Amino acid sequence: MSETSVVTPDSGTMDVGHHDHHELPWYRKYLFSTDHKVIAKQFMIAALFFMFVGGAFALFIRWQLAYPGKPIPVIGSILPASWVTEPMSGVITPEFFTQLLTMHGSVMIFLVIIPLAAGMFGNFCIPLMIGTDDMALPRLNMWSFWLVPPAGLIMMAGFYTETGYAAAGWTSYPPLSALTGLPVFTISGQTLWLIALFMIGFSSIMGAVNYVTTIMNKRAKGMKLFDMPLTVWALFITAIIITLGTPVLAAALTMLFMDNFLHTSFFLPDSLVTSSHYAGGGQPVLWQHIFWFYSHPAVYIMILPLMGVVSDVLATFSRKPIYGYKAMVFALSGIAFLGFIVWGHHMFQSGMNPLLGTTFVLSTIVIAVPSSIKVFNWLGTLWRGDIRFTSAMLSGLAFVSMFIIGGLSGVFMASAAVDIFIHDTYFIVAHIHYVLFGGSLFGIFAGIYYWFPKMYGRMLNETWGRRHLFWTFIAFNCTFFPMHVLGLAGHMRRIYDPNVYDFLKGLSGLNEFITISAIVLGFAQLILVANIFHSLIWGKKAGRNPWNANTLEWAAPEHPGHGNFDTDITVYRGPYEFCVEGRELDYWPQWEPGESISVHHHTIAVSKEESENKVFGAH
Amino acid sequence: MSSALNLSHEPVTKIPHGKLVMWAFLASELMFFSGFFGAFIVLRNANYDTFGQGSALLSWPLALVNTFILIGSSLTMAMCIYHLERKNNRFFQLFLGLTILGGFGFLIVKFIEYSSKFEHGLFPGQEHHTLFFSFYFMMTGFHAIHVIAGMIPMSFMWFKSFTKKGYPYPVKVETLGLYWHFVDLMWIFIFPALYLMIPYHGAIGGH
Repeated sequence: MSETSVVTPDSGTMDVGHHDHHELPWYRKYLFSTDHKVIAKQFMIAALFFMFVGGAFALFIRWQLAYPGKPIPVIGSILPASWVTEPMSGVITPEFFTQLLTMHGSVMIFLVIIPLAAGMFGNFCIPLMIGTDDMALPRLNMWSFWLVPPAGLIMMAGFYTETGYAAAGWTSYPPLSALTGLPVFTISGQTLWLIALFMIGFSSIMGAVNYVTTIMNKRAKGMKLFDMPLTVWALFITAIIITLGTPVLAAALTMLFMDNFLHTSFFLPDSLVTSSHYAGGGQPVLWQHIFWFYSHPAVYIMILPLMGVVSDVLATFSRKPIYGYKAMVFALSGIAFLGFIVWGHHMFQSGMNPLLGTTFVLSTIVIAVPSSIKVFNWLGTLWRGDIRFTSAMLSGLAFVSMFIIGGLSGVFMASAAVDIFIHDTYFIVAHIHYVLFGGSLFGIFAGIYYWFPKMYGRMLNETWGRRHLFWTFIAFNCTFFPMHVLGLAGHMRRIYDPNVYDFLKGLSGLNEFITISAIVLGFAQLILVANIFHSLIWGKKAGRNPWNANTLEWAAPEHPGHGNFDTDITVYRGPYEFCVEGRELDYWPQWEPGESISVHHHTIAVSKEESENKVFGAH
Repeated sequence: MSSALNLSHEPVTKIPHGKLVMWAFLASELMFFSGFFGAFIVLRNANYDTFGQGSALLSWPLALVNTFILIGSSLTMAMCIYHLERKNNRFFQLFLGLTILGGFGFLIVKFIEYSSKFEHGLFPGQEHHTLFFSFYFMMTGFHAIHVIAGMIPMSFMWFKSFTKKGYPYPVKVETLGLYWHFVDLMWIFIFPALYLMIPYHGAIGGH
């Protein structure tokens, strides 16, 4: 494919953005850098590290469920004494099992998916895709990252407290999370969990206000809001959700922290208060309301950015304009808005006026409308496309297909009548993993495979990428699809030993199958890490625009330095002009000058005179 | 090559970055306090008498004094921005100093209130603590933290204004002013919610 008509200077200046910066000391370059790309990489490395921590927790859980009472292989004998029933036995205790459940959920959501979805893609994509040099407030951006590792450490420090890690589930419902049984002013794992989450929330907010401002203020010359790629749109809307949702969680965390640490009783009713230190009068369900008012929008924080990423990936590798660009934007906004008024669907079993329950059922089911608009538009984008099955595209396709399954099971539990049957069973676990792993994480993989060349200037190895995705996809479905069956059979969500229950004994084979698949799934991720490290050193040089994509980040040098671009950027058209009639190349970058007209929503490239004379009579 | 780049052009919305970030942050802050107020509304309705009794124990005259101090400091804040934009450094120093003084005054009154509450055993963990006082300390406490957080950059600006160059960034002062007015506004909501909404049939000290 020739690059002749792409007007970026393509020689000599590679690998560098600006030379006029004075040399920074190494810790300002790699640790406390204000460069958004370095911060994105920091988010990526920290989150991938935590992904393995959270994944290890998950495998502990799976082992216990499949082989209750059997020692954990290989590392069983070296586990700390507080984790196992007897020293060296390798069998984990019920207490540690609940801690594992809590920490797996918390780590994966707050230290992996949100930092990757909002932190990494937000930082990397926004300035590059809107054609500017950095975030609006780079130093604020730096601090938004540097709150995350300490928060992770604080959460992990729960190990050193008397009670171990937080153990009330990732939702931390009071009274379990509020009544620690410890004297006032005593730090428990739960206290540390609350502090860590508060810090992560603050970090998200600092990032989000910066994203909003950057997108509103720093778009390249000529770029209107509706010239932005869907990734940027998705991150923009996500940032608004974070700005408005996360502080509500912070308020709830503050109150729970006071209950937990100072023995107030915001969430502790009179009847449950055991000690005279508690004043009583609180309501446990209030926590659920406030928590889910944040945490339902939070699931959209975790998936909307990836919806944007996948839209870009799908359009680029189908060589077609995204189907229904504006509809996609409005669907994103619709999901974001609806996300704020559906939180009650997590609480059908918590005691709710049936009329209110019905309201939440209706508003929840309505979310299926914008979600299906997105799904059909993705399918419409693929339809008759010239599809290139790169690793990024395969992850994108996995995202769409898994999101359909996860989305459909979501409609099941949106209905209160069905939800009462499947509440707190493995059906819910299957659903959340289909949207968060099958959806978000495949979207994250798509983004990593797609933007790695711009991040590091080198291509990821496609063969190993395909192998990684093949094994992940197969093992993922083998792990999580049977959970639907388990759930419908009544397998409860947070039990230590399923063999205690007669009705679950027949399902132990299924549990073993899931565990073996989960182990495969865990180890498949090592392929990605190996691929990243291998490609960092030996990967093929990427060039400026390896995918022949349209968006502005590909106008930047192969491995952009501080300041991103080596030319001024002017935007001439929308981000999805693939296969434009009248053009030799099948893509038309946003930064490349040229006249076009639009006839029945089809863009046609024309010469300057034609455009001035309006020969086609339509614009 | 790179010197000719103009990627970091004038803000598209014409609003300076810092100011726009501040507006977004204030939206966020509003939701933060909304969480408290939402919980307050729910639990006040469920514990009407407890809240009435607690509210009656508060000293509304002290809080009224604080309200006027805070509104006054918002006025001086606005005036210091006015004078900095017109490069009247002396007046800028005067009014910013008064604003900081207002912040201190507010905190001193708050301290007097808190210490009397401590003497009466109303702190969390003390014997007369009730749910109302959990809200009281949480909401006023977070408000006080916000006051302190505003005073830190204010003091920095104030000290800087005595150097030879003076304080040269009116936009930053304006942005801080936005924050300060927000903190003031939050107090305007906290004050009636905690101090004035005493149910008429409250057991102690009601009217």
